[in-house]
Amino acid sequence: MATVAKLFETMEYGPAPESDAPALEWIKQHDSGGGGGGGGGRFGHFINGGWAAPAEGQYFETINPATKAVLAKVAQGSKADVDAAVTAAHAAAPGWAALTPHARARYLYALAREVQRHSRLLAVLESLDNGKPIRETRDLDIPLVARHFYHHAGWAQLRDSEFPGYVPVGVVGQIIPWNFPLLMVAWKVAPALAAANTVILKPAEFTPLTALCFAEIAQAAGLPPGVFNVVTGDGATGKALVEHPDVQKIAFTGSTEVGRIIRKATAGSGKKLTLELGGKSPFIVFEDADLDSVVEGVVDAIWFNQGQVCCAGSRLLVQEGVADRLTQKLRARMEKLRVGSPLDKAVDMGAIVAPVQLERIRGLVERGVEEGAKMWQPSWACPTEGYFYPPTLFTDVSPAATIAQVEIFGPVLVSMTFRTPKEAVELANNTPYGLAASVWTENINLALDVAPKLKAGVVWINSTNLFDAAAGFGGYRESGFGREGGREGMWEYLKSGEEGRGKGEGYTATTPAPAIRGTLPASPVPLPPIDRTYKLFIGGKQARPDQGYSRTIVGSDGRVLGEVAEGNRKDVRNAVEAAHAADGWGRSSGHLRAQVLYFIAENLATRAEEFAARVGREEVETSVARLFTYAAWADKWDGAVHHTPIRGVTLAMNEPVGVLGIAAPDDFPLLGFVSLVAPAVALGNTVIVVPSEPHPLAATEFYTVLETSDVPDGVINVITGAKDALAKVLAEHDDVDGMWYFGNAAGVKAVELASAANMKRTWASARSRDWLDPRQGEGREFLRRASEVKNIWIPYGE
Amino acid sequence: MKALSDRLRGVPVRPVLKDDRNPGMPLDLDVIRGLRVNRSAVERRAATIPTRRTVKKEWQAAWLLRAITCMDLTTLQGDDTPGNVLRLCAKARRPLRPDLIDALGVGHLDIKVGAVCVYHALVPTAVAALEGSGIPVAAVSTGFPAGLSPFAQRLEEVQASVAAGAQEIDIVITRAHVLTGDWPALYVEVRAFRDACGRAHMKAILGTGDLATLTNVACASMVAMMAGADFIKTSTGKEPVNAVLPVGVVMARMIREYEMRTGAAIGFKPAGGIRAAKQALDWLILMKEELGDRWLKPALFRLGASALLTDIERQLEHFVTGRYAAAHRHPMV
Repeated sequence: MATVAKLFETMEYGPAPESDAPALEWIKQHDSGGGGGGGGGRFGHFINGGWAAPAEGQYFETINPATKAVLAKVAQGSKADVDAAVTAAHAAAPGWAALTPHARARYLYALAREVQRHSRLLAVLESLDNGKPIRETRDLDIPLVARHFYHHAGWAQLRDSEFPGYVPVGVVGQIIPWNFPLLMVAWKVAPALAAANTVILKPAEFTPLTALCFAEIAQAAGLPPGVFNVVTGDGATGKALVEHPDVQKIAFTGSTEVGRIIRKATAGSGKKLTLELGGKSPFIVFEDADLDSVVEGVVDAIWFNQGQVCCAGSRLLVQEGVADRLTQKLRARMEKLRVGSPLDKAVDMGAIVAPVQLERIRGLVERGVEEGAKMWQPSWACPTEGYFYPPTLFTDVSPAATIAQVEIFGPVLVSMTFRTPKEAVELANNTPYGLAASVWTENINLALDVAPKLKAGVVWINSTNLFDAAAGFGGYRESGFGREGGREGMWEYLKSGEEGRGKGEGYTATTPAPAIRGTLPASPVPLPPIDRTYKLFIGGKQARPDQGYSRTIVGSDGRVLGEVAEGNRKDVRNAVEAAHAADGWGRSSGHLRAQVLYFIAENLATRAEEFAARVGREEVETSVARLFTYAAWADKWDGAVHHTPIRGVTLAMNEPVGVLGIAAPDDFPLLGFVSLVAPAVALGNTVIVVPSEPHPLAATEFYTVLETSDVPDGVINVITGAKDALAKVLAEHDDVDGMWYFGNAAGVKAVELASAANMKRTWASARSRDWLDPRQGEGREFLRRASEVKNIWIPYGE
Repeated sequence: MKALSDRLRGVPVRPVLKDDRNPGMPLDLDVIRGLRVNRSAVERRAATIPTRRTVKKEWQAAWLLRAITCMDLTTLQGDDTPGNVLRLCAKARRPLRPDLIDALGVGHLDIKVGAVCVYHALVPTAVAALEGSGIPVAAVSTGFPAGLSPFAQRLEEVQASVAAGAQEIDIVITRAHVLTGDWPALYVEVRAFRDACGRAHMKAILGTGDLATLTNVACASMVAMMAGADFIKTSTGKEPVNAVLPVGVVMARMIREYEMRTGAAIGFKPAGGIRAAKQALDWLILMKEELGDRWLKPALFRLGASALLTDIERQLEHFVTGRYAAAHRHPMV
């Protein structure tokens, strides 16, 4: 034992351990079905309000990564277990949905309070199972969990008044990662229950314990049986849940790799999907930043939770003039970081979750060194008994280096320099990911100029890794889609009550296009009609198709109505390039976009008779009205300022998705086209539209309306031809940000499958709509689909 | 350690004195104007200083003893008399009950406070009472606490306190110079005080509660150090807000910055509102984390306090006995 006198001289930090005894005791008390092994407890699944032994009797071990000690045995979920849980969730769904919003709010409130009452048990359990420092679980994870349930108790209470016309999705399967085990339970379960869904949760196999503890909390809170179920297990268990036909939605947080598998597995299934995936988030430091605060920001960005954070600021981009100073300060700070027992209250970093993850980190760091980057680690050594890795800084990293591109998911920071704000943005966006970004400057003009240019769902100004239930969290690009938290998160667990009306599922358009009526006035001398060539419309120009084929369009009476261009892959490629070249549209004002849409409506109205002859008067008039609707919306799709607990503002900004592919419905040749294109361009997207395959002539005539309406070149591109084939090319295109498809079930599946390549957001439906009905054919749903919410956190104070 | 930044290369700097005094440097307005402080980020850092680190058991006892040795045991009241100052000095010599010293096994460490801090009028009393103890007397000066008396008088006050035996002078700056951004005026003022101090060490009280912004705190810290302050000190104890951690973070970072530029290590003294042992530990942690172990000793760190000592005694007694302690069982300050 060190003496006080000696410590008086050395002034070192001593051990400050949090006791693990209550948590270990809690584990021990659990034994599903007799004979818990290894002195630890044994956990079954939590199904229908009680513990259930796994059908196949299989268990796996969960360990403490700081000591390698086995903590407990946990049930390996089989198909039968998933079946049982889904059955329970289904049985519970009607009763749960039938409760009043106030009743559900009471349950969520009870969950929040229960979490608070057991906060220390949960904090210790989390630290034991995951290896993260008790300081983080105590001060961040668990308080945020309680906050999430409080906030969503509010949404439960307000659901009917704030989301009128919307109904729960149904039974939801949720698969969560190991880096924030209980916080992810909260992020998933709270909105799902608030929206009146029932849940089957599959926690990560490395870290199932707090989810199981939470199941007990749900039991104590009196949650009706079956509303919340936990099935533990590995990837196979998750797969069974994803593929279960009676699950209406999958919410997944985890790697982009697994997200892609889930996207493919659910393609064409009709399941709603949200994915929160990986990232390689930039941390941008301008030369006028408070560099000492930047250093602490970096600590919070990449050495928080051992860097095992999807939104970790793992790419440090520093303005050249201050790079050396910052590196020097960072190294000095890294020397002072403490890595050690996660239950020690005075460590900055704990253990890496599992050996496989530690190996991955080691391998990537070796790769970084091999590729010529300069690696630096502090002089002190990590504990050797568990899975630890020291904070690591790479400098002289080129954007081409593996470590600059790949998500390491460990305490490894790569640093690069930039010269100008423009270059900083280019470097920041030079990644397939788009989850988060951090911007450091004392110049508000610069900060607010840069934030909207970053492809990221969350931007933190002079801060990093701030989270709150009131603000949406989620990615752009291959970081996934959907938002968690705030109003935007609630939409992910609701669906329009209008869905399921319309003309029924699996509907394929067979509506005949009306024959051309009276296009040619009677002529005293009979003349043949003047031949008309319909081309593709790309980059504001009528373009001949690449291959020079045409297809014949026949009316319902069998008469040949005309010939349209047969678009192919290369035409799609050209159109996408044109749509990208028109990206200034997204930066133009809503007022300007409104004027263009009004002008389109005006010019369509002028030619109403001619279009009416093709599609009927009602469709034309509705199309004109619809253009007015979105002209109206163009400058009104406001964002929000979220009430997060910081001194500052959290702006939820609606941004265009980017370049959208649109495969229009086959019926309603004009109105279907207009109903999708108008909201997309109203919010600043540029589009490539494949019109109705059997009835494209309204669209091909419509581009001549566009030509006269001041639509900038490339904003709307039209490619006629084989719809499903073209839609697939669009869905596969890596530089298309989103894809809307209205057609048949096979097409929906093909689009959703193909979209997995770059994780583009899709809106694919084989369900027909009555496009004439404004409840089905227009409104906020279209606007939400046409925009992404970016949350910008701006703390202030001088 | 980098002796000087490139910018200062070639600029004549007064030589470092034998007693490790701050030589100061010419006022460099480019440095002052280049200082950036982000309040929200600083507050986040300050908020986690007490949550990222803690010391328990023997370590805590050792740290609390160290806090005692860094303490400027202070009385600055209108009703101060020789009587209460004598009592304070007696406590300064024997800050802990002998039974606790024995139980802790630290008798050989000769634990005593860093200094006794009083108004000028009480300096002779304190000097006499502390004779032979090795405990210096610090005098608050220059029209403390507002610092708005005639400039000549303020200089005379410094000289008088030094003449009366004060080895440390806690000067107050003219806050108006900071609020109006008149850095040359501030520099000239502090430089003059420093010259008046002679051999006595000078602590510059910034009155941070009056300075409105953390950027002002940073700039005032840097100017005071350039002008030769041996310590920078947060507050008089009389401002509405006194020593708080965010201010401490900013001042510590400026000390680091100044050391990087000049090689001179400047001391730091938080004062005002520090009453609990836990607060003392937080300040020590802040020093260790932001500056390093050298700032855990009285040469570079002081805690301006009075009631703090009693709470530290209680905590140490608890460590020794395992029972919670009562203030009335410790000799009053």
